[in-house]
Amino acid sequence: MKTTTRTAFAVLLGMGALSGAAQAEIRLGASVSATGPAAFLGDPEAKTIEMMVEEINAGGGIDGEEIVLTLYDDGGDPNKARTFATRLIEDDEVVAIIGGSTTGTTISILDMAEDEGIPFISLAGAISIVDPVREYVFKTPHTDRMACEKIFTDMKAQDITKIGMISGTDGFGASMQAECKEVAGDQGIEILADETYGPQDADMTPQLTRIRDTEGVQAVLNPGFGQGPAIVTRNYAQLGFEIPMYQSHGVASNAFIELTGKDAAEGIRLPGTALLIGDLLAEDDPQYKVVTEYTAAYQAKYNEEPSTFAGYAHDAVALLADAIARAGSTEPDAIRDALEETSGFVGTTGTYSFTPEDHLGLDLSAFRMLEIADGGWKQLD
Amino acid sequence: MDALLQFIFSGMTVGAVYALVALGFTIIYNASDVVNFAQGEFVMLGGMITVFAHQAGMPLPLAAAMAVVAAAGGGVALNRLAIEPARSAPVVSLIIITIGASILIRGAARLIFDKQLHRLPSFSGDTPIRIMGATILPQSLWVMGGAVAVFIGLWLFFSRTLTGKAVLATANNRIAAQLVGINTRWIMTLSFGLSAAIGALAGVLVTPITLVSYDVGVALALKGFAAAMLGGMGNPRGALLGGILLGLLESMTAGYLSSQYKDAVAFIVILAVLFVMPQGIFGKKPVERV
Amino acid sequence: MTAARGKWLQLAVLAIVIAALPLIFPSGYYYRVGALIFVNALSVVGLVILIGLAGQISLGHAGFAGIGAYACALAPAHLGLHPGLALVLGAVVSGLLALLIGRPILRLKGYYLAVATLGFGILVSMVLTNERALTGGPDGMAVEDIGLRPLLRDLGWRISGGEFWYGISGIALLIGAWMALNLLDSPTGRAMRALHGSEVAASTVGIDVARQKLRAFVISAVYASVAGSLLALQNGFVTPDIAGFMHSIEMVTMAVLGGVGSVIGAVLGAAILTLLPQVLTVFAEYEQLVLGAVMIIVMIFMPQGLLPSIMRRIRGRGE
Repeated sequence: MKTTTRTAFAVLLGMGALSGAAQAEIRLGASVSATGPAAFLGDPEAKTIEMMVEEINAGGGIDGEEIVLTLYDDGGDPNKARTFATRLIEDDEVVAIIGGSTTGTTISILDMAEDEGIPFISLAGAISIVDPVREYVFKTPHTDRMACEKIFTDMKAQDITKIGMISGTDGFGASMQAECKEVAGDQGIEILADETYGPQDADMTPQLTRIRDTEGVQAVLNPGFGQGPAIVTRNYAQLGFEIPMYQSHGVASNAFIELTGKDAAEGIRLPGTALLIGDLLAEDDPQYKVVTEYTAAYQAKYNEEPSTFAGYAHDAVALLADAIARAGSTEPDAIRDALEETSGFVGTTGTYSFTPEDHLGLDLSAFRMLEIADGGWKQLD
Repeated sequence: MDALLQFIFSGMTVGAVYALVALGFTIIYNASDVVNFAQGEFVMLGGMITVFAHQAGMPLPLAAAMAVVAAAGGGVALNRLAIEPARSAPVVSLIIITIGASILIRGAARLIFDKQLHRLPSFSGDTPIRIMGATILPQSLWVMGGAVAVFIGLWLFFSRTLTGKAVLATANNRIAAQLVGINTRWIMTLSFGLSAAIGALAGVLVTPITLVSYDVGVALALKGFAAAMLGGMGNPRGALLGGILLGLLESMTAGYLSSQYKDAVAFIVILAVLFVMPQGIFGKKPVERV
Repeated sequence: MTAARGKWLQLAVLAIVIAALPLIFPSGYYYRVGALIFVNALSVVGLVILIGLAGQISLGHAGFAGIGAYACALAPAHLGLHPGLALVLGAVVSGLLALLIGRPILRLKGYYLAVATLGFGILVSMVLTNERALTGGPDGMAVEDIGLRPLLRDLGWRISGGEFWYGISGIALLIGAWMALNLLDSPTGRAMRALHGSEVAASTVGIDVARQKLRAFVISAVYASVAGSLLALQNGFVTPDIAGFMHSIEMVTMAVLGGVGSVIGAVLGAAILTLLPQVLTVFAEYEQLVLGAVMIIVMIFMPQGLLPSIMRRIRGRGE
């Protein structure tokens, strides 16, 4: 009886895998925002996860066991993310979860993973995900706070201490805006003007005019992703600003230069990862191999360049595969323990070393300060 | 002073975008009393088709013309496949149908095109025009010119042409219109085709400013709808004025009060106007038949 | 069949379905989906009173769900209120707000009413998004546990979180449905129904049109608020998405899809729209396509919604 109803339900809900089958496989779960307002993050992440699982399986799997991936699209909705997390854990019986493209969806998944003891690698930026440390929760992107610190450090090197900010009201922009305001004082940076725009706005000249008319502003910082920063940058050029502009890692991609146009983007500085400047890396750079190989594979498969966010997903899959191989087991607890012992693992974002006190495992050196020059990227440090 | 002028330029630019979307609502509404919530998707289609045709090597004007024709075809299909069969359905069902159509078109665009952001080159370059310390991009003038041209076209259509008057007659009383020999079916087809074409034209004009991706339609439809209601639904003058007013409200609020609450102020003003003038600024008072 | 018997029959069917479904649940995940359906259905029952009974439309009811949800997040954190009481507080706030804005808003008709309610919903979600210091902004904020489950455990009854919330949501839906069915039967319900036909006609037979519309608006706001609270409590976390425009649309679609005149129709509509994305995960690329097509097709062929059309077909065969 139980099996029949189970089959009936499985068919009803359109699921492929039934539990109770042979266990010569590693069940990996993922919930990312492949559509919706955060698709900018989630789409390349989903593509990367699918591609890497295929690659690993084509290479014989991990210790001869194939990875079976169950990937859901939560559309950026935390409520959906929680439902999918429940489904991954209770129904698909996965041994680890990757996902949570946004902070909101991450927190929804994190609760479930922590309760049920399933290792979870988040792809979102907020520092609150790993601070305080939770037993089963790790993350691959640098925190938004680190991005702010990296930018402020570069500003101080240029003797810039008074700035204006214009941020998107989407999750990414708002989160970074708050983190930057929090660390600005410690870094000796004064924020004189603090403006925002909606993610779908068509013109930001009023906000920029206000910043321009604020006495003493030496530079402008624009945290955000999607079309917002492109429009801000074009308006910036339109208004004839002569002070430097800083963008966030949210726009670290060649598409950004295309969207704003080469002239408007010239001279913009932002913190990015090695992934963005694969062709500029020295061959003895520790990240050279992983970055160029991943970029080539992604481009061959999807005919577009991987973004910084795609890189977060790459590192999450790679870290997990490494941990499972070292654990020699598919028990969630064993994977978690192995994950926490990760040391000096080179990813596209940086070099990860997890400890019981640190589930992010990156430091500021993972960020590279970049400048847009002649429609391309130039590394500053 | 130059700040005020800058805010006005910004408001006019954004307002013209809203007005173009709002104008698209008027024809369908005039012919059928249906507010087409899929109107934003035609704007998206206009932008997306032009971008992809242009990338494939087609000259920009040709690509744009193709996008407008294709979107018009989509509008006609929407009417034939979804609106006509549900003629007698209550208003709330028609709202759900057009929202369903909007979700469907978005889903199809995602599959056919892609999920990336795209931009078209500006028609007359990117060198800002300076006027008394404020600046405006040439593309903004294109958008404003487009809104005014569509407005004049619609105004002439409704007041000077027999077909335009037939559209109004159809809206007023479908059966009476049929009795005096108006082919109401053809009128409906024409209205949906024209509305979609205006939407697509808006998409072509605004894409160099706002960029386009498969999911920009919802936000545009929302603002366009609000602008049309503010001015009074069904009235081209109301759509133009409502759009410009909404744009100016947003830019003035962002410039002088708070950029965080500029959309909030816009909606508060809309609510306030509707409380005083329940049919919008230029709307006519309908009479309920018992 | 008398109206009273019909009422008890509907409630009995609903209760049996809620109680019997877990017997065939293969895993804990199904409790989660069930609980979501019940919570959605609860807010849709409220909309049935507003749309189906009183004939008024709202594209902003997610605003009330947002108020209910954030009441459960904010009141315990800032006022030290128990989360359960916060649900009540949220319902009161929503009801009062609906009372306050209802009178001017409900003077509007058709699409003008639609845009006004839409504006209200957007204002609520904007405040929740922008007041980061209070609400945590787009990243959302945590909601305290209601504390009932540990209590049950101390009493020797161990149930999982999924099972617990399935039960609570099911009971809440039953209570909501019972109250709605009572209202449908009452003189107030009949007065509201008269509005749906024609407001002018209703007023000539002595019905205070404005008052009845307002009453329906307030009741539906309270339903949405309680549903929002329940969702926040079971998720333990809330973001401004709950008050968003898309959520409002989703609620109206559920109401209209199921059949806007009946309580069982509301449950049916909520069930279909909650299940659809779960069923379509295998065809994720086509999810939007299918959802849009379903909405259009149902509305064309069953303009009164699924349940009334199905019932008519069954009755037609019986005659």
